[in-house]
Amino acid sequence: MTDQLNVNMSNEDIKKKSTKKRSQYLEVWRRLKQNKSAMVGLLIIIILILSAILAPFIAPYGIDDQDLLNTLQTPSKDHWMGTDNFGRDIFSRIVYGSIISLQVGFISVGIAMIVGGSLGAIAGYYGGKLDNLIMRMMDILLAIPSILLAISIVAALGHGLKNVMIAVGISSIPSYARIVRASVLTLKDQEFVEAARAVGTNNTRIILKHIIPNSMAPIIVQATLGVAGAILSAAGLSFIGLGIQLPTPEWGAMLSSGRQFIRDYPHMTAFPGLAIMITIFGLNLLGDGLRDALDPRLKN
Amino acid sequence: MSQKLIEVKNLKKYFNTQKGLLHAVDNVNFYIHKGETLGLVGESGCGKSTTGRVLLRLIEATSGEVFFEGKDILKLNSSEIRELRKEMQIVFQDPFASLNPRLSVSEIIAEPLIVNKIYKNKADMNKKVQSLMNTVGLAQRLINTYPHELDGGRRQRIGIARALALNPKFIVQDEPVSALDVSIQAQILNLMADLQQEFDLTYLFISHDLSVVKHVSSRIAVMYLGQIIELSDYKSIFTDPLHPYTQALLSAIPIPSLDIKREKIILQGDVPSPINPPDGCRFYGRCMHRKDTCLTKTPELKELHPERFVACHFVHNLGLVK
Repeated sequence: MTDQLNVNMSNEDIKKKSTKKRSQYLEVWRRLKQNKSAMVGLLIIIILILSAILAPFIAPYGIDDQDLLNTLQTPSKDHWMGTDNFGRDIFSRIVYGSIISLQVGFISVGIAMIVGGSLGAIAGYYGGKLDNLIMRMMDILLAIPSILLAISIVAALGHGLKNVMIAVGISSIPSYARIVRASVLTLKDQEFVEAARAVGTNNTRIILKHIIPNSMAPIIVQATLGVAGAILSAAGLSFIGLGIQLPTPEWGAMLSSGRQFIRDYPHMTAFPGLAIMITIFGLNLLGDGLRDALDPRLKN
Repeated sequence: MSQKLIEVKNLKKYFNTQKGLLHAVDNVNFYIHKGETLGLVGESGCGKSTTGRVLLRLIEATSGEVFFEGKDILKLNSSEIRELRKEMQIVFQDPFASLNPRLSVSEIIAEPLIVNKIYKNKADMNKKVQSLMNTVGLAQRLINTYPHELDGGRRQRIGIARALALNPKFIVQDEPVSALDVSIQAQILNLMADLQQEFDLTYLFISHDLSVVKHVSSRIAVMYLGQIIELSDYKSIFTDPLHPYTQALLSAIPIPSLDIKREKIILQGDVPSPINPPDGCRFYGRCMHRKDTCLTKTPELKELHPERFVACHFVHNLGLVK
């Protein structure tokens, strides 16, 4: 008798639980949690962000502490990742470098995604002359090699971290604009968009709520790969002296300064390279998981 | 008769195509009484759906007038249209394509309430969503499910709930059951009939399925190539069709009996292209009663008896009218 009562109770509970409206964000988080590789990716990103924030406490040496007696040392107990040609501790520089590299990666991709994405959405949704105007402008940007474009923007704005982010961001706007436009074009004639219009939804809400969520997959893939590209572009700018100025540590800049020693002291390039790789790896895992978690059709 | 809720006058919708002007809807006139269902039948591509969408201004008309409660809605500006959307709604043909796959059932039904700012507080809105789900016969446990998890009938119920959310007076049913299998069709049709009773709704029921239209409509309009060629109450259309096209159309309905022999009218030729159609009667090329006049003069939709309209020059002479 009591057993039966318990069963009834739990059924009631289940019913109550399932008829309550669930929040969308919680739902996405719940689905993301089930994806182990996405969680690994998230963990990597969190560790990187924490190490960037806590850099002064983690790094055993300062960014510019030169130990000229111990230059070009291979990894040891004192210097976990060895030292560079000025005797600076590579591990400390990588930890400090994460502040700048992560900023460059995320913010420039953010700029490109927001500006490029909205331009693409507007072009695709409204079509006609506006579409032509925006996409021809994107074509002009695409016609210039992106590194050359970034160089000219930095040259015009002057160097510095902020301008590097703007330059790298602008140079990757066209690819986002194209991706978003393409998916908006296929989605805007769908019946559910027409249905949204029929109930009085305005254009902004249609784009943000009905079209963009359905075109998330290619955008997320492009963005996660874009972070890597942005870090490397910033490195390229640093290499030709237009980006972050020495001795500020930045992964890309460390990579290029280690290049001339690569034959005898590969650890100088290997560790910053590894740092970039791990960042990208974490972002890709997280991005893939996010893409799946945002798609209710893949729910398990 | 009762009051006219919708009146359509000389409605035209032309599309510019590369080959020329496509006459999707060409000089269409009709009205719908309050509380009735007007069935709109015709072959695919004859302009039925376009007519429905022009009525809701989902597509802009080329010319003509559409009166809703005496107001010409084709002259409204965009903010007035948003108000109009609360009065006129649409249920779409394909319940798979007409629901956003990223939104849950409750979000889809709540969308009209959110965008029109009906409720200030969320709890009230959730209550309304639940009551709408009850109204259309969706179980409460489906509130967090997504469209892809449900079958066609349930999806179409979501579409109906969304259309009902703003308490409209008029709903365009754009082939709402043609994507469903027969047993589900009956459920949905009955549901819509019940809702019509309960909320005093007026329907424009677009379909190519004559048996479905016969079941739900009070009056039926037959469309051919962008024009209405016959319009009358649902009984007379089936017992006593006047236009040669309607006669041919009805003779094509299969009868599930071996004994009944019926004269079948087999039409020759094809539906002509709606791009730059010639003057004269659109049905000329396929009509068995055609005369030279038909080639030059376009027949108008004339009222022969009260509530019986037909567009044919020779409907009297040919003994088509008994």
